[in-house]
Amino acid sequence: MEALSANIKEDLKPPRVNIGIIGWVRANLFNGVFNSILTIVMLFLLWKTIPPLLQWAFIDSTWLAGSASCRQSPEGACWSIISKNFRFIIFGFYPYELQWRPLVAMIILFSLLFYSRNRNNWKKSLGYAWITGLILMGILMKGGLLGLKSVETTQWGGLPLTLLLAVFGLTAAYPLGVVLALGRQSKMKGVKVLSILYIELIRGVPLISLLFMSSIIFPLFLPEGITINKILRAQVAIILFTAAYIAEVVRGGLQGMTQGQYEAAEALGLNYYLTLRLVILPQALKIVIPPTVSILISAFKDTSLVVIIALFDLLKTTQSVLSNPEWMGFSREAYMFIAILYFAGCFSMSNYSRKLERELSRG
Amino acid sequence: MKLLKLSLMVLVLAIFAMTGMAQAGTLQEVQDKGFVQAGVNGGVFGFSMPDEKGIWKGIDADTARAVAAAVFGDANKVKFVALTAVQRLPALQSKEIDILCRNTTQTLTRETTNGLNFVHVNYYDGQGFLIPKKLGIKSAKELDGATVCVLPGTTTEMNAADFFRSNSMKWKPVVIEQTAELSKAFFGGRCDCLTSDVSQLAAHRSVAPNPDDYILLPEIISKEPLAPVVRHGDDQWYDIVNWTVMALIEAEEFGITSKNVDEMLKSKNPQIQRFLGVTPGMGKALGLDEKWAYNIIKQVGNYGEIFERTVGVNTPLGLERGLNELWTKGGIMYAAPLR
Repeated sequence: MEALSANIKEDLKPPRVNIGIIGWVRANLFNGVFNSILTIVMLFLLWKTIPPLLQWAFIDSTWLAGSASCRQSPEGACWSIISKNFRFIIFGFYPYELQWRPLVAMIILFSLLFYSRNRNNWKKSLGYAWITGLILMGILMKGGLLGLKSVETTQWGGLPLTLLLAVFGLTAAYPLGVVLALGRQSKMKGVKVLSILYIELIRGVPLISLLFMSSIIFPLFLPEGITINKILRAQVAIILFTAAYIAEVVRGGLQGMTQGQYEAAEALGLNYYLTLRLVILPQALKIVIPPTVSILISAFKDTSLVVIIALFDLLKTTQSVLSNPEWMGFSREAYMFIAILYFAGCFSMSNYSRKLERELSRG
Repeated sequence: MKLLKLSLMVLVLAIFAMTGMAQAGTLQEVQDKGFVQAGVNGGVFGFSMPDEKGIWKGIDADTARAVAAAVFGDANKVKFVALTAVQRLPALQSKEIDILCRNTTQTLTRETTNGLNFVHVNYYDGQGFLIPKKLGIKSAKELDGATVCVLPGTTTEMNAADFFRSNSMKWKPVVIEQTAELSKAFFGGRCDCLTSDVSQLAAHRSVAPNPDDYILLPEIISKEPLAPVVRHGDDQWYDIVNWTVMALIEAEEFGITSKNVDEMLKSKNPQIQRFLGVTPGMGKALGLDEKWAYNIIKQVGNYGEIFERTVGVNTPLGLERGLNELWTKGGIMYAAPLR
C-alpha cells in the first residue's frame, strides 16, 4: 500500500505554470514582450469600453416606457423605440389585425429551414414539404383563399419582405448561376457568348443601378396601363444580379475539375447530363461552398438596398420610425436592433456552411 | 434580317394598339379598379408617414383620402405607395399611380417638361433658419460667416447658397445625408444654424433636448407651394383632384366640419346647399355623385381639421397656420367658388 502511493508520488507533473489556466494564459497571451504589451493594451481598452456599454445598454436603459421618459434619461439606451414600434418594424403595412398571418408564414419558413439543416432529411418528402410550405406561405401572405382576407403585395413589408427577397432571391439565383456557369463553359458558340455577355454586363453594374432600372426606367417602357408589381421587379433584379456572381464562383469549381474526371465519365458511357449530375457538379459545387456562401451572405445583406426604391423592408420600416419626431434621435438603438437581426441571419448561414463542408469532406 | 424587321414592326404595332385601348380616362380607370392609387413620401411626419400600426397619417395622406371620398364616397378606397424623390415623377408618368401627394413643390419645369399638372396648393411651405437662442441673432442677414447644417442635393442647398450670395455673406455648409443625423449634428453644436423647409425645422426643433432654446428666424428665403400632382392631358381627373382640395378649403370657410356636416344639410344658405349637393349640379359637372363634397367633409374633415390633427399646434410639429390660414383670417388659402 505504501509502495503504491510512493509510486504515484514519483509521477512528476509538469510545472504548474505550464498547465491549466495559467499555462494557457502564458502560452497564448504573454509569450513574448510584444504580445504581453498587446494583451495589456487590449485588456485596458475592454475595461474602458465594456462596462460603460453594459451600463448604457442594460442598466440605465429604458425598455417599455414612452419616448418622453427616454428623453429624461438620455444617458441610457432607449429600447422602447423597438418595443413600442415592434409590430410596425417587423410587419410594416400588413393590416394590424391580420399580422398573425405573416407570423405563421415565417414560423413555417424557419421550421422548414431548420428541418432541412440535417442532410439525413434530404429526401423526396422534404421536397414536397417545401412545395406545400411555400404554397401555404403564399396563401397566408396574399390571402383571398380559404376565407382569408386578401392583402395586396404593396402592403407587405418588414421582416417577411426581407426574408421573401432573400430566400427567393437566393434559391432562384443559385440554379440560374449554375446554368450560366455551364453555359460559359459550353462548346456551343452561341450559348457561350450569351452567357459571357450576361455575366459581364450584370457584374459590370452595381445592384443599386439595377434596382433603379427595374423600378424607374423599366415601367416607362411598358405599354400604358400595364404595371408590374414593385416587389416582383426588385426580386427579379436581385435574382439576376446574384446569379451572375454565383456563375463565376461555380465556374471556378468547374475549372478545378481535372480533364480525367470528364474522360472517366465518358469511358463509363455517361452522357453530358449524367456526367454533370453524377461526376462533375457534386465535386465542383463542393469545392466552392465557402465562396458561394459568402456571396449568399452578401446577397442577403444587399436586399436592404431596396430601401432606395422605397420598398418597406426591415431597414426602411426602421428608418420610417426614426423620422417620427417622437422617436427621432434614437437611431443607435434602432440600428443596433436590426444589426442583430441581420447578424443572426448571416451567422447562421456561415455556421451551416462550415457544418456542410465538414460533413461533405468526411463522407 | 427581314424577320427581325417584321417582328419589330409587329411589336411596335402591338404597343400602339395597347396604348390605344388604355385611353379611357383616369376617372374611368380608377372606378374600374375600385381604388385610388396615391404616391406619398413615407418619411415626413405630418405629411405622409405610417404610424405604429402602419396606418398612413398626414396632410398629404388625408388629401388622397379626400379624393377617394369624392370618387367613391369611401375615404378608405385609397392605396398608398411610398416613393422616393427620384421615383415620384416617373411613377406618375408610367400610370403606376393616379395622384401624387408627396410634398412636391410646384415649379415651371415640372409642369411643362415633365408633363405634369399641379392642382391647388395644400400646404404653403418655405425655407427658413433654425438657430440656438444663445446666438443672439434676430435676422438671417446677420448670419455672415456662419456654419450651416443642410441636406445635400435638394433645392434647399441651392436656395441657401443663393441667399448668402445675394446678401454677399460668407457661409460654410455642413452637408449631412440623413435627416436624423442632421438634427444630431445641429443639436450637438456642429453648426450655428440649420436650414430646411419650415415644416421640417419644426420637426427638428421638437426633438431638441430643450426646444425652447431654439428659435426660427423670421426670414423665409424660398417659396415652396406643395401641391398634389396629376398627369398632363386628363382634364376631368385634374378637375376632380383640384376641386377636392378646393372643397376642403371652402368647407372651412363655410364653417362646415365633419361633426356638423349633417346639420349643415338643412342650412338655408344657397352656397352651402350647392356645396353639399342639396341643390344638385356640382357633382354632375365633375362626373361624380352629388354627395361628393358631403362625403369628403363627413369622412375626412375640412382643411382646418386636417391641418390641426396632422401638423397643427397640438401635434409634435406644433406648426402655426401662418400662410396656410384662410384668406379671411390673414393667410392665403383661398378657394374659388363652387358654383
